[in-house]
Amino acid sequence: MAQLKSPAELARTRQQIISRRTEKRYIAINASGTCGLAYGSDQVFQAFVAEIERQGLTGQVGVRATGCLGFCENSPIVIIFPEEICYLGVKPEDVPEIVSRTLVGKKLVNRLLYKDGNGKKIVHEGEIPFYKHQSRIVFGNNRFIDPKSIDDYIALGGYSALAKALFEMSPEEVLETVKRANLRGRGGGGFPTGIKWQTTRNAPGEIKYVIVNADEGDPGAYMDRSLLEGNPHSVLEGLIIGAYAIGSHEGYIYVRQEYPLAVENLSVALNQAREYGLLGENILGSRFNFDVTIHRGAGAFVSGESSALMTAIEGKVGEPRPKYVRTAVSGIREMPSNLNNVETWANVPLIINQGADWFASIGTEGSKGTKIFSLVGKVNNTGLVEVPMGMTLREIIHDIGGGIRQGKKFKAVQTGGPSGGCIPESLLDIPVDFDELAKVGSMMGYGGMIVMDEDACMVDVTRYFLNFLAEESCGKCVPCREGIRQMLHILNRICEGEGKAGDIELLEELSEVVRDASLCALGTTAPNPVFSTIRYFRDEYEAHIKERRCHAGVCKALIAYYILPERCQACMICLRECPVEAITGGKNVVHVIDQDKCTKCGTCLEVCPSRFTAVVRLSGEPVPPAPPPKTEVVRSKGAQK
Amino acid sequence: MTKELSRIDRIVAKHQADKSALIQILLEIQRENRWLPKPVVMRLSKRLGVPINQIYHIATFYKAFSLIPQGRHSVSVCTGTACHVRGAPRLLDRMREALNIRPGQTSPDQKFTLSTVNCLGCCALGPVLVVDGEYHGNPSSKEVKRVIASCD
Repeated sequence: MAQLKSPAELARTRQQIISRRTEKRYIAINASGTCGLAYGSDQVFQAFVAEIERQGLTGQVGVRATGCLGFCENSPIVIIFPEEICYLGVKPEDVPEIVSRTLVGKKLVNRLLYKDGNGKKIVHEGEIPFYKHQSRIVFGNNRFIDPKSIDDYIALGGYSALAKALFEMSPEEVLETVKRANLRGRGGGGFPTGIKWQTTRNAPGEIKYVIVNADEGDPGAYMDRSLLEGNPHSVLEGLIIGAYAIGSHEGYIYVRQEYPLAVENLSVALNQAREYGLLGENILGSRFNFDVTIHRGAGAFVSGESSALMTAIEGKVGEPRPKYVRTAVSGIREMPSNLNNVETWANVPLIINQGADWFASIGTEGSKGTKIFSLVGKVNNTGLVEVPMGMTLREIIHDIGGGIRQGKKFKAVQTGGPSGGCIPESLLDIPVDFDELAKVGSMMGYGGMIVMDEDACMVDVTRYFLNFLAEESCGKCVPCREGIRQMLHILNRICEGEGKAGDIELLEELSEVVRDASLCALGTTAPNPVFSTIRYFRDEYEAHIKERRCHAGVCKALIAYYILPERCQACMICLRECPVEAITGGKNVVHVIDQDKCTKCGTCLEVCPSRFTAVVRLSGEPVPPAPPPKTEVVRSKGAQK
Repeated sequence: MTKELSRIDRIVAKHQADKSALIQILLEIQRENRWLPKPVVMRLSKRLGVPINQIYHIATFYKAFSLIPQGRHSVSVCTGTACHVRGAPRLLDRMREALNIRPGQTSPDQKFTLSTVNCLGCCALGPVLVVDGEYHGNPSSKEVKRVIASCD
């Protein structure tokens, strides 16, 4: 690889990469992304490489291990270009058939195609409902890129935005463009990126730092990881452009240690960029110098907060500090430091290339562009989705997500991670953007969207978040450390059936104090799950406290399992599977749960054959007395068949 | 222990004994050694010129570090929100029963360490169990038994 000394050389290299490619078709497999790998996509990738060679197609068909393709639910995903034929849930043993039928014979392997609700098969990726309603301007390039190949990125026009910024625009013009585009931070708060950049640019200080925040700590959110893994150069290009606008020559990428593949792909990307002269001294032959260091986090949610993250980069414990002076002015080693989230940086090259007006034409009045969400939980199509700001929650969950699993009833969608809130059915038609989510008591956060159905207990979910936050609170300030702990204590009591009148009001009061008096955003937003669930699901709290009833049957202290004597067919399954041997009975003898021994694990309910459905979960009502010992079964018609 | 200590020296030298690389150095030691024994911490303190209490501050603050030996097999249950609503608490209970240890503990025979993780980002598989880097999505009680039995 030779150093590129000018934008013209970059353009020439791009032409050479494209003309070198002899393959008319290529196959993309999500084998370079964590979730794809968890599904075994690497074996599918290896099988394709071997099979293409075996059938003599080398040089005609290329195989590419790409990052995340979004539709996690149906991994491993195979897309055949240029037709964009999409096969889902592919196994290594399917590969020879795909190669001979589709690549050689130009026929389809029907069983691997997407089937919609009516059983209709869909061939092309873009027509699958999950993809059809998205606009994947940031995330969509993943499918064209092997993240370990900078050439793939350059072939798509990569680094042309950098060349444009360095040679056709002054730093001020770059800054103005980002400001005019009204790009807002994708990491949570939605602070205008251009204004942040300007603050750091104007702050006094010889050295200035730019930082990529990839400490994506919200459980249930993984879009930043998938971008870093799948398209690391897009983030890097954005960072270099930002550094140029700000006047920074040193950058950091702070990555969670739980993301080893992101670190690996990113390290490869940095080395390749250095070899091409896109990092280092005199980038692309300009007079601009810039380089980047990767800093791995060590597992602390609070370290994603800007001041904490910067302290961690200095090698100290990543605790937040009071921000009387913003980190944009005094950050790493007390120098002006500009921190943006992964997705924010990845938007920058697009804005430079296609202009502020183009970007501002997407989205809503206050929130421009698109946002990537991780649509997870009890939704049919789990995956990463990118939609224009302003799409409604209902469209995201039902049109893209395909509704609720197993035909159950929707209860709530939780956005914004542990700092966000739970949004009920009645508000599903709000347009999703920074301001609308805040209005209903939640927030955008990283973009986690956890869908919950009737089986979720909202008090338990709140307790889950508070437990998370109590563990992750660094303990530096009293309101957060003690306040969250006390709130958790109350929630534990309610879930254990010991709730008292006045608990809800006490929770609200504590929430206000924690919100108003905590040092950093972890504490000030910690009460959001409490506020929002009390606001929308107060009846569930009241049922727990007054009736000792958990509607969803989640809170163990408030439920009991019972075998209906008239339905039990004495099949012995639950009796054998019960981990604590709490079930008695025998052949032809009705099974009975010993309520004192039962640990309420729910295994009996799970294993009872659906044609009997003899096991029921009770809550808020007394357990009926057990039938007399040795009661014989009443054979039902269904069982005799 | 001498072997471990010379390993420390090598890692410290790789980072030019730079104090600001402390967390990165600790991560590498943790990865190679699987825990941070006291002599290792003391050696590191000397080499970097950083007080011992500062190293323990970091080692106890972050989840990645362990001050007790880790078992030969690592068993972790994802307790991220998506896994939680899909039944992670039950899976965790099942693992506690199967291994007879609580999260954060190592079995007396040093065979297993049970832990929880906040999100692995493969929510479509949830609830997720990871045993020695292998992912198991929503494992049945039978699969759990099989996976545990296959560890030696």
